[in-house]
Amino acid sequence: MGDILTLIGKRLGLGLLTLLVISVLIFGAVELLPGDIAQAVLGQGATEENLRALREQMGLDQPAVVRYFQWLGGAMTGDFGQSMISGTNVSELIGPRLKNTLFLAAYAAVIAVPLAILLGITVALFRNSIFDRVANVVSLTAISSPEFFLGYILLLVFSVKLQMFPSISSLSADMSFGDLLYRTFLPALTMVLVVMAHMMRMTRAAIINLLASPYIEMARLKGAPSWKVIVHHALPNAWAPIINVVALNLAYLITGVVLVEVVFVYPGIGQALVDAVSKRDFPIVQACCLIFAATFILLNLAADVGAILTNPRLRHPK
Amino acid sequence: MKKDPAIIARMAEEAKRGRISRREFVQYSTGAGLTLNAASGLWTSAVAQSTPQKGGTFRWGIHDGNTADTHDPGAYVTRVMIFLAHTHRSYLTMINGDGSLGPDLADSWEASADASQWTFKITPNASFHSGKPVTAADVIASLNHHRGDDTTSAAKALLTDVADIQSDGDHTVIVSLTGGNADFPWLMTDYHLAICPANEDGTIDWKSGDGSGPYKIDSGEFGVSFSLSRHDGWHREGAYFDNVEMITLNDPNARQTALVSGDVDAVSLIELKTMALMQRDPNITIHNVPSAGAITMPMFCDTAPFDNKDVRNALKLAMNRDEIIEKIAFGAATKGNDFHHSPAQPYWPDDIPQRDYDPDQAKSLLKKAGAEGLTVNLSTADSVYAGAVDMAVLYAEHAKAAGININVVREPNDGYYSEVWLKKPFTLVSWGARPTPDVMYTLAYKADAAWNESHFQNERFNELLLQAKAELDDTLRAEMYREMAMLARDEGGTLIPFFNNFVYANRSNIGTPEALAASWENDGGRAASRWWFTS
Repeated sequence: MGDILTLIGKRLGLGLLTLLVISVLIFGAVELLPGDIAQAVLGQGATEENLRALREQMGLDQPAVVRYFQWLGGAMTGDFGQSMISGTNVSELIGPRLKNTLFLAAYAAVIAVPLAILLGITVALFRNSIFDRVANVVSLTAISSPEFFLGYILLLVFSVKLQMFPSISSLSADMSFGDLLYRTFLPALTMVLVVMAHMMRMTRAAIINLLASPYIEMARLKGAPSWKVIVHHALPNAWAPIINVVALNLAYLITGVVLVEVVFVYPGIGQALVDAVSKRDFPIVQACCLIFAATFILLNLAADVGAILTNPRLRHPK
Repeated sequence: MKKDPAIIARMAEEAKRGRISRREFVQYSTGAGLTLNAASGLWTSAVAQSTPQKGGTFRWGIHDGNTADTHDPGAYVTRVMIFLAHTHRSYLTMINGDGSLGPDLADSWEASADASQWTFKITPNASFHSGKPVTAADVIASLNHHRGDDTTSAAKALLTDVADIQSDGDHTVIVSLTGGNADFPWLMTDYHLAICPANEDGTIDWKSGDGSGPYKIDSGEFGVSFSLSRHDGWHREGAYFDNVEMITLNDPNARQTALVSGDVDAVSLIELKTMALMQRDPNITIHNVPSAGAITMPMFCDTAPFDNKDVRNALKLAMNRDEIIEKIAFGAATKGNDFHHSPAQPYWPDDIPQRDYDPDQAKSLLKKAGAEGLTVNLSTADSVYAGAVDMAVLYAEHAKAAGININVVREPNDGYYSEVWLKKPFTLVSWGARPTPDVMYTLAYKADAAWNESHFQNERFNELLLQAKAELDDTLRAEMYREMAMLARDEGGTLIPFFNNFVYANRSNIGTPEALAASWENDGGRAASRWWFTS
């Protein structure tokens, strides 16, 4: 167990270093965007005088390096700064958005992960049957379509034609949980369709791969029913790749949500990022991107730890 | 007094369409010879049934909002904030549905003889949502917010002529200008000049979101949505909805789907490409309102080859505006005539001959200028106007017939207005609507204007501009604007293909007045207080 803790510690340290590098890259990228933040804020109607006053007010008259280290100094102490435009605290602005995004990701994950694994096991069980082929075709079609297109199809069917679900996911604070689930069903379903195929195919492949192993043959020979062969014998050895791909898709549920949020007008972090980039609001862009990066780092770590924990050979290295 | 049935019938008709209020109806009917009782009875029987009904929650999808929006009126830039300002705050004056200037916080206004001093009488009935009455001090502080050296307000340029603002009692504001400006009450409709409650020290409290408009903000999040409810003490007529939800819907598809599926009652913009499809839906009403917003193509009058008037006019003649309106604007536009004055603005001269596609005449002008086989670069980007690049390419095709070779240069969308506009000699630009020709000409055609995008220098034009500005006689003013239009059209460097219409839509159960204001989309951004549910 001690080894795992050292590993986690090491990986977290490296993760922090990665975040630092990413923050430099993002700062550089925002600096490189053509146009100017003061111009973006004041619009076409700004005069030179206005722009100068606003730049001074935002501290843009200082060199970029100085501004970066000012931000970094704040970030080190947990202060991610204020929106350069509205002056709102970044955590105050992003907090509720992050909560919404996490809710949607969790909603989609709760549906997608069990469904994908279950389907993966079932199609492995009935491989090469009609059921297997249909499930594969449907899930591959879903994953091959861009998510905004899937979103539009769902909107057309469920919202415009059948009028079953609302086309925009506007939320309000006094909404009941059931209402919340109802209003966010279409975006969640879109995300489910996007991530499911990958997980299902990986489960299927990992299991089928193992089915050729001698110990599975042994299990068959001793007369175990085929579902038991898969669930009891094949699955435990297949967990490592499955956990990996699940973690990757969970990360995607958070970071890849931008388009779905735009299509369904869902007030999540992706919308905040799009808005902030268009206004070059650096502290918000930085915060959103770091959240995305941290999500990837943490979920990758979780996948590795999960893979080790489910594999005794890795748990007790010789 | 003799009764005049024709007038009364016409008034009843006007009232049915929501153009005149009950109070005005009774007042005019008694003026036309009816007794007070009869007038009041006639209102009930003839008008009230088809007049606006109160009630309901108006869900309004608006196409341009951002998380970084703010309640600071000096920093209003998105449509959502502009429409919100017209819903929860008040201005001194407002643009009526028919394009005339009407009262908002100011009951009345009058100018000194040279139009350099304006006196506004503030209505005593107005109150902020906090309950505090609106006084001269609030108005002065709100205007001063855009003045002074350290203001970051985008409306600063608008008020540079203001020398001093004084109050005379609680309900009179006197504005002194450095020169005459007959349009000053029109300027007060500018969306930045919202009236906010004043602090003790003469600054304004914009942060709280308090205002004196028809609706008060109950809750909201910038870039997402705002919930408002009726302000019962509003000082004007209207505000039929009980509640208003203003939802930011930036994605065109999301916006149109929400309207089709009935998740919103009105949207601020629909895509021209899908306009024809939306028209087929019986539950949807589309409004196509000519506006004063324009697409302009300025050429630097002091840079070769545009420094020759004949070259400029040849380029103006080389465009088939009808085809461009049909194919690029899908018919939702008013043909331009190369002077920046739209029929949606006051004093529009209606007798100026339309300039049409004439490649032969363009050719002969080029020959005269010795510029046959002319080649020019035209800079544009799709962020300027949906279809701007296509439009430039189509224009280049038209110009070939006149022997002109136009290279369309596609510039980056980002930073177009800081890197390309005013820097490259021939560009394509989109202008928002301005209330009067004076504002527009002063902004972009005056000799020393920072945004003189065509480097237009014409002595007579500038002389007329100053004269017309201070002229209180409407007939004389209209004549001056006519002459200026001719100068801009024939001497100037700006090709104006068209004035783009506002195209927006609502569910058919929304009642709207016959005439919709052309200052912004959705009835001048005042749909919340002017529209109603019919069922």
